[in-house]
Amino acid sequence: MIRFGVRGRSVCFESLDKHLKLGSIRESSTIFKSSSERTIPKQRLRCLIDSETRSNETEGRRSSSTASASTAPTPEPRKTCLHDLHVENRGKIINFSGWLLPVQYQEAIAASHQHTRTFASLFDVGHMLQTQVSGKDVTEFLESLTTSDLKNLNTGSAVLTVFTNENGGILDDLIITKDNDDKYFVVSNAARRDEDTELLLQQQENYKRRGKSVKLQFLDPLEQSLVALQGPTAASVLRAIMKINLTHLSFMNSVETTVFGNPIRVTRCGYTGEDGFEISMPAKIARTLVQAILDTPDTKLAGLGARDSLRLEAGLCLYGHDIDEETTPVEAGLTWLIAKRRREEANFPGAKRILSQIKTGTVKKRIGLTVVHGPPVREGACILTPEGERVGKITSGGPSPTLGRSIAMGYVPPELAHYGGGILVEVRGKTYKATVTKMPFVKTNYYTAK
Amino acid sequence: MAKVIVQMTKYTAKTFSHTSREYLFNFSAPKVSLYFSRSIANSRSLNVERFYTEKHEWITVDGNIGIIGISNYAQEALGDVVYAQLPDVGSEIEKEAECGALESVKAASELYSPVSGKVIEKNEEVEKTPSLINTSCYERGWLFKVELNKFDELKGLMNEKAYNEFLKSDPA
Repeated sequence: MIRFGVRGRSVCFESLDKHLKLGSIRESSTIFKSSSERTIPKQRLRCLIDSETRSNETEGRRSSSTASASTAPTPEPRKTCLHDLHVENRGKIINFSGWLLPVQYQEAIAASHQHTRTFASLFDVGHMLQTQVSGKDVTEFLESLTTSDLKNLNTGSAVLTVFTNENGGILDDLIITKDNDDKYFVVSNAARRDEDTELLLQQQENYKRRGKSVKLQFLDPLEQSLVALQGPTAASVLRAIMKINLTHLSFMNSVETTVFGNPIRVTRCGYTGEDGFEISMPAKIARTLVQAILDTPDTKLAGLGARDSLRLEAGLCLYGHDIDEETTPVEAGLTWLIAKRRREEANFPGAKRILSQIKTGTVKKRIGLTVVHGPPVREGACILTPEGERVGKITSGGPSPTLGRSIAMGYVPPELAHYGGGILVEVRGKTYKATVTKMPFVKTNYYTAK
Repeated sequence: MAKVIVQMTKYTAKTFSHTSREYLFNFSAPKVSLYFSRSIANSRSLNVERFYTEKHEWITVDGNIGIIGISNYAQEALGDVVYAQLPDVGSEIEKEAECGALESVKAASELYSPVSGKVIEKNEEVEKTPSLINTSCYERGWLFKVELNKFDELKGLMNEKAYNEFLKSDPA
């Protein structure tokens, strides 16, 4: 047994597909798409435990066969500047999008999940791409790639947005913080690091040619750390360790301050649905600051596993799974990311298609769904009409530790996408009843300063 | 790992009678007594050798009945089991064929039968309380029982010692 998750993706296909993917190193069906895409020769039928052990550097069991098993040579996985901390805390290290990160520590994922919902957890998100963008044309530059209204964004505010392509497909989702009209701070996905870098550099080149000036500074993950402190006690934890007034810092706002003589950035945002902060800081103080955070009562380290189950409950998309280049923001239920001014100006990549979809609708829509009696439903599982016709796929799913039942996201034709509607999901050849559920699945707890 | 398993085995063997008595004290409903007597029947398997597959299932055989579960190594790797899908009673299963699944928050993993035969019972306690697989993978967390029809299949399985070696030698 113990070959994780592969079935989740292959369930709708013929056995050929299953065979191709049998040995894929898929540590989790939900979070590790990039590794699952790797095709591994059929004779290397392996169960996940093995692959997981192999990727667990802490146990010193790395096997050279891992590399040879892949059809394409993969680059050496990278580490964040907090890697030693994960190892010392006995994190179960896995390769996530080319980064060695803990999927969990000694505690079970569900326990860590509940801890985050009750107290606070610290996540190392230093693998994400942090970029400083500056110059006098920078607002126009960033708007030319995204759908948000940065011109009218308040200084110190942050916004969730998407890079779109000419077809309206999502190239990545990201958070842009406005420091002032000439300076922005961008955080985007680790798995899209290369694509995002390329996109920004390309556009910088275009701007240069037009005599406009934009400066890009991609922060080195070994020099600049990024951690997320998430949970209802996150604010009091920060107050306890640094001189910072958080009363007026509401959700999606950022402040720069100094800790241990070094500049840090604290943004009230996160990926869990809880109140919380993302802290960007120089690597040289990261260990000390993180330790200070962990020394406060009831604050623990949490890994990618809990991060995934928390964001799922919060109804938040994971790039490469719930959204991708083939999905538009309208289909993904992210129409709210297309700012009013930008709709009027219709000058963002893919505007034509996106605006037309806003007007006339789409052929698929992202929904949340709940399975009351049945197994966890994972990515790749089929969604069926109550009559049994296959109409869509699950893009993320799993057990909800908070709700104690199985929840998922997926795409269905819009006529099936009304709340409370009944549909079927297929898991291992059996169908189970599911209900279309409004997201977030679990009430969010963002701080609005009111 | 090897040591843990060995110790666990010794531990369960030693304390089994106590555990059984605890059940008696804790639950007095007639249904539970039934379960209790079943546990006793299971306990015979403690004297029987446990065999393992490379996919980390174990089987003990008493007469022509095999009891199947997953190893301690497997339950640790899987993490907290939140859902157990076991083969239906009466179904015929093939050796190494997929016959169910165990799911944790992290992932789903398929269950393969170590032997061919007919499923004569599944552990409904485990279906209701999948965490038994974590807390007692060799006892209360057994998964299903099979009426064996190919005894030769047992020859290909590892005994405790071989399995421990297998774990040590890095299955990769």
